[in-house]
Amino acid sequence: MSQQITDTSPSTLELAKLLGLSSTEYQHVCQSLKRAPNYAELSIFSAMFSEHCSYKSSKKFFKRFPTQGKRVIQGPGENAGILDIGEGWAVAFKMESHNHPSFIEPYQGAATGVGGILRDIFTMGARPIASMNALCFGSLDYERTSSIVNGVVKGIGDYGNCVGVPTVAGQTFFHPCYTRNPLVNAFTLGIVKSNEIYLGYAKGIGNTVVYVGAKTGRDGVHGATMASKEFSIEKELERPTVQVGDPFTEKLLLEATLEAMKAGVIVGIQDMGAAGLTSSSFEMAHRAKTGLEINLDKIPTRESGMAAFELLLSESQERMLLVTSPDKVDSLKRIYEKWDLHAEEIGTVISGNRIQMTKAEKIVVDLPVELVTEPLMAERASSPPVDLKQRWFLDRNRMLVATLNSKFQTLMEEINFANPEKLISQYDSMVGNRTLGSSQDDAAVIRIREMGEKEIRLAVKADCNPRVSWLWPREGGRRAVAECAMNLAVRGSEPIGITDCLNFGSPENPEVMWQFCESIEGISESCDALKIPVVSGNVSFYNETDGKPIYPTPMIGMVGIIEDKLALPHSNFYSTQLELALIGPIEGGLGGSLMASSWFKRECGQPEETDLAMLERMLKFCQRLRKKKLTYAAHDISDGGLVCSLLEMAFHSPYDCTGIDLHIPSEIDVDKFLFGETIPRIVLAYDPIEQVDIENTASQAGVKFTHIGNTNDLSAMNIRQGGAQVLSAHIPDLKAKWTQKWNKFFR
Amino acid sequence: MKAGVITFPGSNCDDDVVDSLKKVGGFDVERLWHKDTPDLSSFALVVLPGGFSYGDYLRCGAMAARSPIMEKVKNFSSKGGFVLGICNGFQILCESGLLPGALARNLSLNFICKDVTVKIETVETPWTRSTEKNTTLTLPIAHGEGRFVIDNDGYEELVKNSQIVLTYQNNPNGSTHNIAGVCNKNNNVFGLMPHPERATDLRIHDGLKIWSSLKIQLGLHS
Repeated sequence: MSQQITDTSPSTLELAKLLGLSSTEYQHVCQSLKRAPNYAELSIFSAMFSEHCSYKSSKKFFKRFPTQGKRVIQGPGENAGILDIGEGWAVAFKMESHNHPSFIEPYQGAATGVGGILRDIFTMGARPIASMNALCFGSLDYERTSSIVNGVVKGIGDYGNCVGVPTVAGQTFFHPCYTRNPLVNAFTLGIVKSNEIYLGYAKGIGNTVVYVGAKTGRDGVHGATMASKEFSIEKELERPTVQVGDPFTEKLLLEATLEAMKAGVIVGIQDMGAAGLTSSSFEMAHRAKTGLEINLDKIPTRESGMAAFELLLSESQERMLLVTSPDKVDSLKRIYEKWDLHAEEIGTVISGNRIQMTKAEKIVVDLPVELVTEPLMAERASSPPVDLKQRWFLDRNRMLVATLNSKFQTLMEEINFANPEKLISQYDSMVGNRTLGSSQDDAAVIRIREMGEKEIRLAVKADCNPRVSWLWPREGGRRAVAECAMNLAVRGSEPIGITDCLNFGSPENPEVMWQFCESIEGISESCDALKIPVVSGNVSFYNETDGKPIYPTPMIGMVGIIEDKLALPHSNFYSTQLELALIGPIEGGLGGSLMASSWFKRECGQPEETDLAMLERMLKFCQRLRKKKLTYAAHDISDGGLVCSLLEMAFHSPYDCTGIDLHIPSEIDVDKFLFGETIPRIVLAYDPIEQVDIENTASQAGVKFTHIGNTNDLSAMNIRQGGAQVLSAHIPDLKAKWTQKWNKFFR
Repeated sequence: MKAGVITFPGSNCDDDVVDSLKKVGGFDVERLWHKDTPDLSSFALVVLPGGFSYGDYLRCGAMAARSPIMEKVKNFSSKGGFVLGICNGFQILCESGLLPGALARNLSLNFICKDVTVKIETVETPWTRSTEKNTTLTLPIAHGEGRFVIDNDGYEELVKNSQIVLTYQNNPNGSTHNIAGVCNKNNNVFGLMPHPERATDLRIHDGLKIWSSLKIQLGLHS
């Protein structure tokens, strides 16, 4: 960009295109304004019309999502969604991506991703009490993968640990499609009194606009535009657009903001996230149908000589924009000063729907709010891939001729079957003293202490199966929700709602657009069946490098509730004398399974469609079982099939000598029994005395019960069919391999 | 007899300590603010909770050790008042000279959060008198800089005075002589890296033994 351009220089189409606007969008702006926008204004349009801020390719498809329900207090469109959990309390939650920055600068990219989602939650008046993350990393052959993994994990840990919000669960997935587009999706849940929720409204003509938190620097200028482009190799040089996080300031901002809310000195508030001051000011005015006057000279800066466009687009972290009545400004300032933070009055709420910004007593921005906040929607073509049917071909014969042992050994080598301990022990999972169980359970369970006598518990889980999504996006969407629900169910919880983080390639690619629409349909079908709403979400497009998109990755974050005080089921082999049962179909589908991918070194086969009616029955079964107060362990069957679920239960057993004896019913396809991944299937392990009760509960709920074996103290897994041994393995050896697998890329 | 829990900027276990002392321990708890200089004479116990005071940006605990309230805490301890530092609070006590030694980065260079087993080295302290020597407690740790370091002379001194209260069974962070918690010569100031407040009413409960030791000491036990 040439040096002569200043904030008030008139723009040109060339300049607009350089900042990512289409000629249609630029003409629309010029016609509406009846003039060309100046450079500062053009920067505003550039950020707000970016895919990242405008959802211009995706917005219309969200209508499909079910968003209603008796618990819904706040649906999509705010900083986070809010659900009623009873007794005057509610939970706010959301998941967001920070993918592009995490590839450029893994540590800061991931750290600021956590910071952003925490602010989205406490902006609403909710105290963050639990975080999760869903991470997708690329090929281990790529030299940077190890440093990306380490940087991302350390970034998440350092930020969340310092602020004091426990990281209670997560998902980590490795696949070459993420090599240059790693995914970092961060989820946070907060708790708030239902009548003390704050929203991003710039309400009340004459009210004061206040800037609080860290000072503004040049970091992240044009960050939203960056997140709306695909990567090319040269983009690795875009380092300066990544922001730097300061979790200590965030902690102060969190405490000060919640204290100010409690004191009743805030009217409306919004985090300065993507597109910083621009998005927060325009969105707050838009929601309240007001206008704003802002004096840019008042913005606290940490660099001198910043132009208006830089002040407007800076994505410096740990900043909030809020609106208060003039008589409360002093009290507000005192609270922030107590926490060593600065609050600065920068403007006023005015009538009329315009935002005017001045710098050095000159108007540099004068725009109608709606022109900025209601961008033209993009019409994107959508078409399924031509080779879909080829993808669905699974060479069953090649599998059948191989020995079971060779297939099993291949699966045990799989990078996605590994102990995540090295990673999750870097996160404080217990601060707040609410976390029950371990971060390795199917879902995390946290207690809510705020309700006094009526202590309830919540369960959270993030999940997505990118292999299935690539093969069949609709089933991928369906399954992401179904999997989360199953993970919650085996921990004894019923789902109450979801947030989503939709990670895709470029929407300009018709195949990606088809994947996107199909995923939304799948997610909606599952939500309809479970009668749960989608209350918040985020879309991350342009996750592609040099024309190669990532696998469609519709990540789901689900929240569930446990309203009684009954004990939680075990999730491991808590004894060496347990009976084992498979609940659900005896055989699982191999299409899209981890086994098929490991064996054929590519994704193949048609994933079996999730039976949503059976899913409902299965959730009911899990609930009834828990209410019978039986002693048992339950674990969901997903990646790697039944055999991996059984091994995980053994690996987490307190007894190193735990062994498994498994009998496969005759006439059953061994591969499908052991490695199939149809949803819903679960493993139960229980004391022999409980068998009749469990069997009856299953038959009443309408789910299939099959006794498949027992645990022992012989340290081995022995699998038999019709009396003949078909597989034998030493469990401690398998555990050692499982435990050490990720060591190579953790320092 | 009250317990005071100090909030420094960046403390994040203050709520947990207040909650556990009050609801589970049955203490009368008052919150204290780092910028204040309150009269502590009515307090029996002052707790410096875990967290990241001042972001741990300079050296863990170094800035907080210079907070206005710390002069009062020093005065309080010199008169025999009981002072407990947990995790970051332990770091602050070392930085302010109330406890010997220092806490350095974990040998692995990583933050570590997990349950550990610690051995009771002495029951002759107000913090362990309801336990038995050489028995163990299961307590959670969550720290990046928890490796206790001290020179040889200092270590000899600790041994001579029986100031080593807790040692790790499987040293998670490389602490000198597996030290997890120490007290001062008079036994009235105690710092430890594990979090007793996270082990009182949820998954594990051994933190209660420290609370009940204190209650016996303070004559609060029924």
